[in-house]
Amino acid sequence: MPNITIPIGPQHPALKEPESFIITLDGERIVDADMRLGYNHRGIEKACESRNYIQSLYLLERVCGICSHTHSTCFIQAVEELAGLEVPPRALAIRTVFAELERIHSHLLWLGVAAHEVGFDTLLMYSWRDRELVMELLASLSGNRVNYGMNKPGGVRRDLTKEQLQEIAKTASALEERTKYYIQVASAETTLIERLSGVGTVSHEDAVRLGATGPTGRASNVDQDTRRDDPYAWYHALDFKVVTDTHNDVYGRTLVRLGELMETYKMLRQLASEMPEGPIFVRAPRRIPAGEAVSRYEAPRGEDIHYVRSNGSDKPERVKVRAPTLANLQAVAKMLEDNNLADAPIVIAAIDPCFSCTDRSILIKDAAGDSSKTVSWGDLRRYSIDWYKKKGLDFSGLRI
Amino acid sequence: MASSLFHIFVFPGFLFLAAFGLIVEFVDRKLYARMQNRMGPPWYQPAADFIKLAAKKEIIPENARASMFKFMPVLALTSVTVAVLYIPTWGAQATFAFSGDLIVVVYLLTIPTLTFFLGGWYSTSLYSSIGAVRTLTQLFAYEVPLFLAILAPAIVAHTWSLSEMAQFYRENPILTLVHIPGFAVAIVALQGKLERVPFDIPEAETEIVGGTFTEYTGRLLALFRMAIDIEMIVGASLLAAVFLPFGFGVGPIAGFLLYLAKVLFIVAILATMRSVLARLRIEQMVDFCWRWVAPVALAQILLSLIVSGVRGS
Repeated sequence: MPNITIPIGPQHPALKEPESFIITLDGERIVDADMRLGYNHRGIEKACESRNYIQSLYLLERVCGICSHTHSTCFIQAVEELAGLEVPPRALAIRTVFAELERIHSHLLWLGVAAHEVGFDTLLMYSWRDRELVMELLASLSGNRVNYGMNKPGGVRRDLTKEQLQEIAKTASALEERTKYYIQVASAETTLIERLSGVGTVSHEDAVRLGATGPTGRASNVDQDTRRDDPYAWYHALDFKVVTDTHNDVYGRTLVRLGELMETYKMLRQLASEMPEGPIFVRAPRRIPAGEAVSRYEAPRGEDIHYVRSNGSDKPERVKVRAPTLANLQAVAKMLEDNNLADAPIVIAAIDPCFSCTDRSILIKDAAGDSSKTVSWGDLRRYSIDWYKKKGLDFSGLRI
Repeated sequence: MASSLFHIFVFPGFLFLAAFGLIVEFVDRKLYARMQNRMGPPWYQPAADFIKLAAKKEIIPENARASMFKFMPVLALTSVTVAVLYIPTWGAQATFAFSGDLIVVVYLLTIPTLTFFLGGWYSTSLYSSIGAVRTLTQLFAYEVPLFLAILAPAIVAHTWSLSEMAQFYRENPILTLVHIPGFAVAIVALQGKLERVPFDIPEAETEIVGGTFTEYTGRLLALFRMAIDIEMIVGASLLAAVFLPFGFGVGPIAGFLLYLAKVLFIVAILATMRSVLARLRIEQMVDFCWRWVAPVALAQILLSLIVSGVRGS
């Protein structure tokens, strides 16, 4: 049988967002994997340059649906550094509460998606049912299930009452029980273990070399966590350990994420009982002094980095977002090598990819001649109308 | 002649099977949903799905061979419908019977798998082709154990006719207990035949979209779905007749209810398997079938031969 090339994406049931993986197969074995970004580029970085800091904050919160608080906090940390603001402890602690609640719902979501990729839909239904607990809690605390809008320059917008803190501790304990059960399932269910272990292996050396971050790296024993290595927000006051694993495969990544959940519940209980008192924000200026700052943040998927440059006006001159998926994507090609086609979806899913967040536009130039040109909106529209005309469809009458 | 036509088209033939198939699909989906902590569909959902599909436009891929592409769902449906006529359902006597119908039923139950392969192959799409190859690979893994498992009761009964087998076990009910390992083998093989989790490898949606059925739409897909529903009943009826051959002499109405209970019992086992397991990889599936399922089936045959020998002497 000759090698065949099969496309996974840009549209494929295994992918929740558009992304193209072109996989060359020898029978059921993957011999080569290629990937292409750029199907969902939204130009958010550029859009920030024409908005003021407050507007940019809300726009950046929408970089990712799952880790919205991540991008919002990561950006505002850089801005606060530029403005030299001393954020009150209570605000930092509240940010940490939301960061950890976000980690819970992200990891539970991942667990469900991963189970679905290996055809274990029952676990998907269970973990997503439990995820509702934390989603409801987030909605009751912030008014939204995603995009909480908690941050503002200099602090947070909403305070937490005593009852709400108790509610957080209660939910954390309830979820802890459920997570213990999933850990038990993951270490006892034979078909699940068969499908996850030895799949998508990336050695410790490769993980370091390819810059894998977050749970992907930690499953290859890369002992790295921004929360501990470069504490931001309220993490310096919390007692937690960084979960690592030496399986190097998808099974290891599952164990790391489940282990991280257990640590997160511990942190939430600490936060609920030792929440510092005081104001929740300080006044921030509209114009941010000129300068540049980099902010690091441990997102559920890995390390998120924001770079902000200010020119002294009320609008950022440049914002650069490096979502964790971009760091982990390099490792995916390595992980896919010499696996089965059946494992491709779970290997891709195991880095917990977030393609829209990481997407960037790619300029492909002809190596021989410089043939780059700019296409206007009108040109693009005319081109698409002509293209569909050849297929027998006429959209020229369509008003938009 | 008229009664034969009635048997083929109405009862226990096509119409009855179609209606029962939809009910069984509902029971399967509802059980699956309840085990996953979901509400599950209303009772008419399978019928609604069928009508919706049947009303949709058929799209045949440009490169596909249209005649084969269209013929395959019909062939799948026909073969499973015919198979039920030879299986004793609520009486010890099947609608039609002759010595050797056991082989015919097993053969007729293989045809749908072949139509899945050919249908996928003739669609010429990448995903369908991979699904088709997987269908066939999987067939070699579960078909032999299924044959052996069903053969075991026949050896003890000294007959190749399902109706005569039912009659034999009605007279010697205690001998049914000999075939419990065979029943387990047959359940696993049936799950593979129906291509359900953990053996839904040929149509694994997260890997190869819809597998063999990727290119099928509208009426043709509806027919395939119906064929799979009916295959589930026929498979369950066959297992019920061979491995659960009790209660044949209780009269038509009680016998019919008992038959429904047996089929639903087997469907419940299949639904539970689907809920608690993850999908295997194709090589894991083949490995599992040849390393565990086939030896158990062989041991069952050996056991049946010994029992048969002891009874003969």
